[in-house]
Amino acid sequence: MTDRAFAVVRAGALTTVQDEGRPGHAHLGVPRSGALDRPAAALVNRLVGNPPDAAALETTLNGCALRPRCAVTVAVGGAPCPVTVDGRAVAWGAPVRVPAGALLDVGPAVSGVRGYVALGGGIAVEPVLGSRSTDLLSGLGPPPLTEGAILPLGVAPVVHARVDTVPQPGPPRELILRVTPGPRADWFTATALRTLTTRAYRVSSASNRIGLRTEGPPLERAVRGELPSEGMVLGAIQVPPDGSPVVFLADHPTTGGYPVVGVARERDLAAAAQAVPGTVVRFVGAGGWPGLRG
Amino acid sequence: MSVPPPKAPPPQVSPTKAPPRTALPPEAPSAAVPPLRVLPMGERALLVELADGAAAAALHAELLRRRAEGELTVREIVPAARTVLLDGLDDPLRLAARLPSWEIPPLPARAEDVLEIPVRYDGPDLADVAALWGVPVRDVARIHSAAEFRVAFCGFAPGFGYLTGLGGVREVPRRATPRTAVPAGSVGLAGPYTGVYPRPSPGGWQLIGSTDAVLWDHARVPAALLTPGARVRFVPEAA
Repeated sequence: MTDRAFAVVRAGALTTVQDEGRPGHAHLGVPRSGALDRPAAALVNRLVGNPPDAAALETTLNGCALRPRCAVTVAVGGAPCPVTVDGRAVAWGAPVRVPAGALLDVGPAVSGVRGYVALGGGIAVEPVLGSRSTDLLSGLGPPPLTEGAILPLGVAPVVHARVDTVPQPGPPRELILRVTPGPRADWFTATALRTLTTRAYRVSSASNRIGLRTEGPPLERAVRGELPSEGMVLGAIQVPPDGSPVVFLADHPTTGGYPVVGVARERDLAAAAQAVPGTVVRFVGAGGWPGLRG
Repeated sequence: MSVPPPKAPPPQVSPTKAPPRTALPPEAPSAAVPPLRVLPMGERALLVELADGAAAAALHAELLRRRAEGELTVREIVPAARTVLLDGLDDPLRLAARLPSWEIPPLPARAEDVLEIPVRYDGPDLADVAALWGVPVRDVARIHSAAEFRVAFCGFAPGFGYLTGLGGVREVPRRATPRTAVPAGSVGLAGPYTGVYPRPSPGGWQLIGSTDAVLWDHARVPAALLTPGARVRFVPEAA
């Protein structure tokens, strides 16, 4: 078999196809989706010579195993992990040639949560609204990987990466999220706004691609009552009735009815994708946060 | 921490609602700018809050017009109950400064064709809705199919539209216990809205009927049958 495809031998806890997502359809109720750790996904694509928007695999905590039906260049990045080809250790964070029929095993994350596996040519599943991303909230795009599934590969790139390895930031020991005021900051007491930016929170194990859930001191509302549904953005920090902040990630709903106290900066969210449950989260007031000097 | 305790929220997030239009002269035409508040939403977005759904619809139409004419560069324009979100802006602060001075014409009464959706009024909550409305069961279909609806916004799921048009006296609460499975094509009511489930999902809306119309088809352009601003009428079919 030399067709451009690979078989899934071990699907892992949750492995999905991700590219840069499908922005521009939020008004139809379509989440943006896409890789949670964008820089890591772009990097592994670059290492195999793919354009940055090629579709790669996003693994969760325990990797996956694949058997390509053709020789293919792969690169594994994001959360650091052992990588083997037919049982022999190969480089993580660097292009690796996998022969046709060999077993590529992406092992459990040593640290961090999401691994990225780019394959030369990218994963060529049928795009939906311009993207091949799996959207776990609305079910658009290909389903998460299952054992035995066969996924097609695109045409291998002729351009090779100019670098063999590149430094990748390690997963954070503490997750720092800089926050600007949200549209409903005034629905919270002054004490709550101070609490959010001075106390430590922890990443909850209930976190997923929709949102990074946190545990910590609840935020007290100054305004009771219901908020009519309003548009949501990536990084919006929504506060449900239990008072625990939820930071919206790529598969977030396009509208929501809980008040948004603040918005985390987009460039901090790649680190949020790698924060394991229990990691300390510090929300740092930025750009107009009440009480901030200068 | 060097961050001192906050004294008060900054002015742009002050809790006061938009002021009444007392600043306008009494002879101001009805096309005058409705009150709006521009709220912060991160580094690339703005949330514009309006007095009501009609004002949000008018701003939404004006934003689409300006984008179509190249006057506005924005990735997402997301209307909702009484807000419009603008996401993917290069310079939100600049737009925030200009928006309040925009002249926003009211929506024309009939801007486009009315989309007709055939409905069998056979939903399991028909009797509950009739009781809430204080009408005989058979009148629910008559009242619902006599109204002209407008897709106020989408959300919940791709292609799920929140349709307004029944009027305040027909508002109904969500079901106390949501259903774990609502079939695709179910027509339901909740609050002031009518909605049609594009695919099977859990749901708490009061179901009054069902349709064979395809609400969502990602191979179609647009993928959603109901897009914000569309006008809709439900046409009774034999159950």
